[in-house]
Amino acid sequence: MPLLEIKNLTVAFDTSVGLFKAVDGIDVSVDSREVLAIVGESGSGKSVAMLAVMGLLPGTATVTADKMEFEGIDLLKMTPQEKRQIIGRDIAMIFQEPVASLNPCFTVGFQLEEVLGKHLGMHGRAARDRAIELLKLVGIKDGAERLGAYPHQMSGGQCQRVMIAMAISCNPKLLIADEPTTALDVTIQKQILDLLVRLQAEHGMALIMITHDMGVVAETADRVIVQYKGKKMEEADVLTLFENPKSNYTRALLSALPENAVGDRLPTVSDFVFEAAPGV
Amino acid sequence: MSTVTNAPETHKPVSGVREFWHYFSQNRGAVIGLIVLLIMVLIALFAPVLAPHAPELQYRDALLKPPAWQEGGSWTYVLGTDPVGRDMLSRLMYGARFSLVIGVVVVVLALVGGVTLGLVAGYFRGWVDIVIMRVMDIILAFPSLLLALVLVAVLGPGLVNAMLAIAIVLQPHFARLVRAAVMAESSRDYVTSARLAGASHLRLMLVTILPNCVAPLIVQATLSFSSAILDAAALGFLGLGAQPPTPEWGTMLATAREFILRAPWVVTFPGLAILITVLAINLIGDGLRDALDPKLKRS
Amino acid sequence: MLKYILNRLLLVIPTLIGITICSFGFVRLIPGDPILALSGERGVTAERYATLVEKYGFDRPIWEQYFRYLGQVVRGDFGDSLATHRPVVEEFLKLFPATVELGIFALIFAIVIGVPAGIFAAVKRGTWLDQGLMGTALVGYSMPIFWWGLLMIIFFSGYLGWTPVSGRIGLQFFMKPVTGFMLVDSLLAGNFNAFVSALRHLILPTIVLGTIPLAVIARQTRSAMLEVMGEDYVRTARAKGLSGRRVIGLHALRNALIPVVTTIGLQVGVLMGGAILTETIFSWPGIGRWLVDSIYKRDYAVVQNGLLIVAVIVMIVNLFVDLLYAVINPRIRVQSS
Repeated sequence: MPLLEIKNLTVAFDTSVGLFKAVDGIDVSVDSREVLAIVGESGSGKSVAMLAVMGLLPGTATVTADKMEFEGIDLLKMTPQEKRQIIGRDIAMIFQEPVASLNPCFTVGFQLEEVLGKHLGMHGRAARDRAIELLKLVGIKDGAERLGAYPHQMSGGQCQRVMIAMAISCNPKLLIADEPTTALDVTIQKQILDLLVRLQAEHGMALIMITHDMGVVAETADRVIVQYKGKKMEEADVLTLFENPKSNYTRALLSALPENAVGDRLPTVSDFVFEAAPGV
Repeated sequence: MSTVTNAPETHKPVSGVREFWHYFSQNRGAVIGLIVLLIMVLIALFAPVLAPHAPELQYRDALLKPPAWQEGGSWTYVLGTDPVGRDMLSRLMYGARFSLVIGVVVVVLALVGGVTLGLVAGYFRGWVDIVIMRVMDIILAFPSLLLALVLVAVLGPGLVNAMLAIAIVLQPHFARLVRAAVMAESSRDYVTSARLAGASHLRLMLVTILPNCVAPLIVQATLSFSSAILDAAALGFLGLGAQPPTPEWGTMLATAREFILRAPWVVTFPGLAILITVLAINLIGDGLRDALDPKLKRS
Repeated sequence: MLKYILNRLLLVIPTLIGITICSFGFVRLIPGDPILALSGERGVTAERYATLVEKYGFDRPIWEQYFRYLGQVVRGDFGDSLATHRPVVEEFLKLFPATVELGIFALIFAIVIGVPAGIFAAVKRGTWLDQGLMGTALVGYSMPIFWWGLLMIIFFSGYLGWTPVSGRIGLQFFMKPVTGFMLVDSLLAGNFNAFVSALRHLILPTIVLGTIPLAVIARQTRSAMLEVMGEDYVRTARAKGLSGRRVIGLHALRNALIPVVTTIGLQVGVLMGGAILTETIFSWPGIGRWLVDSIYKRDYAVVQNGLLIVAVIVMIVNLFVDLLYAVINPRIRVQSS
């Protein structure tokens, strides 16, 4: 049984110009201890699908699916209260803008200990010690001091480490990382990716990596889903995808990588007309 | 301040009007406000035709007559009469003229004064800017009604002085707005290119920069329009604005005060007239702000 | 933080000087002879006139007159009232607690209703509840409060007979002013009936004076909440599995409060303006009515210096609010390392 299994997920937004389908009939499944990458350009609906799993979409969104199960439990039938028991504990998520994702009015320690209190019932001294331990785990050495810091006093990389510490604080079974390195400096990107991969292996979590960066995919993923305009174009394990892409969209994506450049002008993805690979 | 810096990008004069109307007309409150205001303007314009009686004519045999639907009322005086026997409805209709004229005059004065000062301060910078903006800060340091009150005390009571005082109190808002907009705009490329093309100071300020801060100015002008009416009525109520027997709504309230428990209608209707007018204008103001503010538009 | 405070304090100085210039210039702008205006005397002898010129320093150059005035003000000498011949400061201090008492109640009334109303409207955005609350707020914002006060009197005092029409306390009670706050004084005297009477007298003026700040605070709270609720950190809070109450009431509200507190602070100036009207309607013996009466009586010494004192108080409150803004905003309070 897969850890997370989604069948025929559709997310539609009610906009002033009519219904807009951000995700249109997508299947996603991820096993425990597996790293799945979802690739696509901005606007391809790759984040929306995962936000739907988390229940973080605004009220204007309509989520429908034939199946959306986590460990065999139907996420669609859950009440918000029941879902809040799972969200943040068994499924955790980190986001693209680490600085903006932390609350500027509360200290790092407060925000970290809040999760421990909510899901593990840890308070006071115990929570504090665990928070320092978690910060150490994500590579922040002076954790005891950092607990009293506000997000604006830290760099983007450090904020993302804090976000990761918060996400892994309850030993989640699934971590969803939504473009976790996009907003960071190139030098920091590598460190954060390494950290995520190491934690995934050490904790035995499943990891869903949402990205537009083929480099990130190559470095982290076991399996890849390529998404375009709300539809799945291709799904394959990472080696097959790079060596023998079936969908011409994937080919287009790959040919747009600078290292694959031929001639003096990089092709853009919009130069192609796309259809899903056969069998998807 | 986002309105100031964001407005220019989306405010394109020609297609802008249609786009603006599209957004404005979607706001139900704003449309209702606009209709009510138009009715007010029509009443004010045609008051001599519409009013059943002369506003200052005293019917000695009909003092404090209640409105038509109350016991003792008659359809001759639909909204009743005041303590000296003048027809309430007619006075209210003529009063609309005063309130609207007060609003327009005050806004024009405050707009011209504030825009000029703001343009000069923002364009020339340096000590001119410091002096002008310090003076604006000082004006804003006083509670506005209190300052208007004291100014009227200096100038002497009366409608003209009241309008002057309110305009002085309101203009710093325009000056601040325009200064901020000018400072944001004058560093942009199109201003530099106009300057390089040899445009004069005056041309730069009036033709190049000013049109780009029109949107927030319109919103501020609407807000000032309603507060001018409110403040003028308050001054009238305190006996320092329009003087009796002028049928100005605030002044009417002042003279009716002692009869509040005996004849509530002489108090109720003038205030209701003020409230409806101010509310209509504020509804329009909210609609304008939403329609002209691109930041809100996107959401 | 320290730099921020120093900056704010430095900005106050020119404004303070400007305010004194305004109140100094005020008497000299009144049409007619400023000496007669300030001394309140008509038909004085040449001799007396010369003494007055000497007293106010009108024979000196204008800048010397100003510094003379500034010197007096700094020493706390605000001259004497023309009507009562008592020091302006003394009269001010006697009446000020009444205004503060009313102002505090009005502000509390506005905050206690306005902030939750704004939060509710933001959470229920677009629903009839939101539209109803914001519609009501706009009516409150557009309210001519002098008329609103009269309506209240007609309905609650006249029609229902629930509340007294005017004053601070029933005529049968006499409270020795200890603190000047009627509620505190009556409790100090152990007179419970007097306390209740004072409270009943406060109800209508509080509602009337608090209406516009209430509307402004509700509108500001709603828009601040809406802005904050779209922020990434609110999504993070939801992603932690926190309850809606905690996400809205703690994570979102804490951030939304920063602009709301500024708005609340700015209402103090609005309250001073509103006090002029409210105190006049309810015969409330405070600063607002005192200033209006002084204008009626052409007591220019009171108007001149009352204006000065009120402006300085409002300025100090605004300064305090700016500091509070820094305190509740960690991005200013705690410098980046």
